[in-house]
Amino acid sequence: MYYFARLARDIEERLVILFRQSKVIGGLYRSLGQEGESVATAYALRRTDAILPLIRNMGALMTMGVRPKEIFLQYMAKAESNSRGRDLNIHVVNLPADGEEQPVIVGPISMLGDSIPVAAGIALGARMRGRDLVAMAWIGDGATSTGAFHEGLNFAAVQKIPLVVVAEDNKYAYSTPIEKQMAITRIDERAAAYGIPHEMVDGNDMLAVYDVAKRLVDRAREGGGAALIGIDTMRMQGHAQHDDARYVPKPLLEEWAAKDPIARYSRWLVETGVAAKQELDDIDAMTKSYAAEEARLAEESPMPDPATVARGVYAGDDFATPRVELVKSPFAGS
Amino acid sequence: MAVITYLEAIRQALFDEMARDERVFVLGEDVGVYGGAFKVTEGLQAQFGGARVIDTPISETAIVGSAIGASYMGMRPVAEVQFIDFIACAFDMLTNFAATSRYRNGAGVPIVVRGPCGGGVGGGPFHSLNPESFFLNTPGLKMVEPSTAHDAKGLLKAAIRDDDPVLYFEHKYLYRRIKDEVPEDDYVVPIGKAAIRREGADLSIITFGAMVYTALDAAGRLADAGVQAEVLDLRSLAPLDREAILQTVAKTSRAVLLHEATMTGGIGGELAAIIGEEAFEYLDAPVVRVASVDTPVPYSPPLEAAFLPSVEKVVAAAKRLVEY
Repeated sequence: MYYFARLARDIEERLVILFRQSKVIGGLYRSLGQEGESVATAYALRRTDAILPLIRNMGALMTMGVRPKEIFLQYMAKAESNSRGRDLNIHVVNLPADGEEQPVIVGPISMLGDSIPVAAGIALGARMRGRDLVAMAWIGDGATSTGAFHEGLNFAAVQKIPLVVVAEDNKYAYSTPIEKQMAITRIDERAAAYGIPHEMVDGNDMLAVYDVAKRLVDRAREGGGAALIGIDTMRMQGHAQHDDARYVPKPLLEEWAAKDPIARYSRWLVETGVAAKQELDDIDAMTKSYAAEEARLAEESPMPDPATVARGVYAGDDFATPRVELVKSPFAGS
Repeated sequence: MAVITYLEAIRQALFDEMARDERVFVLGEDVGVYGGAFKVTEGLQAQFGGARVIDTPISETAIVGSAIGASYMGMRPVAEVQFIDFIACAFDMLTNFAATSRYRNGAGVPIVVRGPCGGGVGGGPFHSLNPESFFLNTPGLKMVEPSTAHDAKGLLKAAIRDDDPVLYFEHKYLYRRIKDEVPEDDYVVPIGKAAIRREGADLSIITFGAMVYTALDAAGRLADAGVQAEVLDLRSLAPLDREAILQTVAKTSRAVLLHEATMTGGIGGELAAIIGEEAFEYLDAPVVRVASVDTPVPYSPPLEAAFLPSVEKVVAAAKRLVEY
């Protein structure tokens, strides 16, 4: 978990450099402060499960094995990116065939909330095909106000679909604070009306997040139906790089900076003797150089050929394939 | 071959396709136990079970959204929208999610979204719509609207087997009024192919759906007056059969574009543009549209009759062209 969280952070830091060099096309959305919960929730899944991440779930993508180069290709709108330069950032899709040892990955569209009914359909379709699969979909506090979120969650609840929704209360939806988003104080109570289990967890405590996620994922896999995890966390930067987030009170940021999930987890690892400080430093060096090297490879990749603009709208010309390159972590199996 | 109704033809296509391919399933409001508001899916759940004929909450976004997700897993969902007017509640899912999916990441969305469209039955503003032009400006979607029982079955089979999202509009006025010969054997009506319903040399009436019958009635009246009208039934609205459109205009040099949706921004404008751009030299008269009045669909019968295109309006438009 430490490796994936570190890798997510280092990829984003490398992206910041590329953004400042105007090599990132469009916006750059950081998950600073949320890498821990993103990794720890996905870590509860099997490699063959389905994830529907949002822009701040770089950690989930790394945990499921997406090669970092895929992320850089996407952010730089390259021809060899998963979307062939047609769509942004982490909007990637991986649809393996039955029996392949790969995760189903369906990136978001910008109408946040839409992922929830689609996630329900993925788990429903998998069940109909006799495929053992749990779907996990992340949703921000803002998007839990959409109709699609509620319709999808209700449908999943009624159909007892193996779907675990991770609702991230990171305190702001762009500039709008949570108290203007909902009149409840605990985001997990969104699920109460649908009669499904819901729990709130300290999102900056990776072990606590993993415990809840593992329990609810296992429950869903055993036929227990949908569930929702409420994540208490903080978005440590603006909505995107252009946003200086001056609307966020400084003391709030300072309070949460002290609770940084990666620092907290690394302290725990060292204090309990699970890992030596040196081992963690080695991982830090590894993820940093890996991110830099993957970014370099992606930079060398060509931009799309304008002549391809009309291709791939309908079936038949097989222009893009819904596949990303997957890699095993150096710690896999350990 | 048996003579069956338009509605029975749709139901037959569903039964056939579900029996042929275990990946095909149906979901929607009241489609299971009740058999659908119009009884299109009657008997389907008894035959195939509740897992493949799913009664959903009143939740068009969840219906279409979960159909998209299930299609990603290799299923072939057929989603029913109880009245096609309610497709607006799933507009985002269709236009933003489904239509863009293949272009974005190569992930095809082989779903069918079907439902009853059209007026003439006193349904009022929310049970009478013809929404095709809402979707015409969305690349990635296909749209069909059959006018005969034969096409209703063949087009639905084609739609279910298609690898892209297909909107299937069935005209509720035709459900039990139209009967024709429908093969029991497997066949499809290819998407993107129009059909000539009546041959004529003097002008073309280009239309689809229930308006095919309005056009045929008008053509009968025109024949009495010595004018031979050709009636082209588009059958598919996306993609359009441009070749058939241009051929009939090249033959007759005069075109009436007839549709039940309201005039402004309707599909007639697109047809006029195609004809204007590609068949201008063939034209002997302006291209004329006959469509519903630019208002919401009114409820009371005299108002709805005034709203909808009529045989008289088509005949008047045709005469204007012939006399031009």
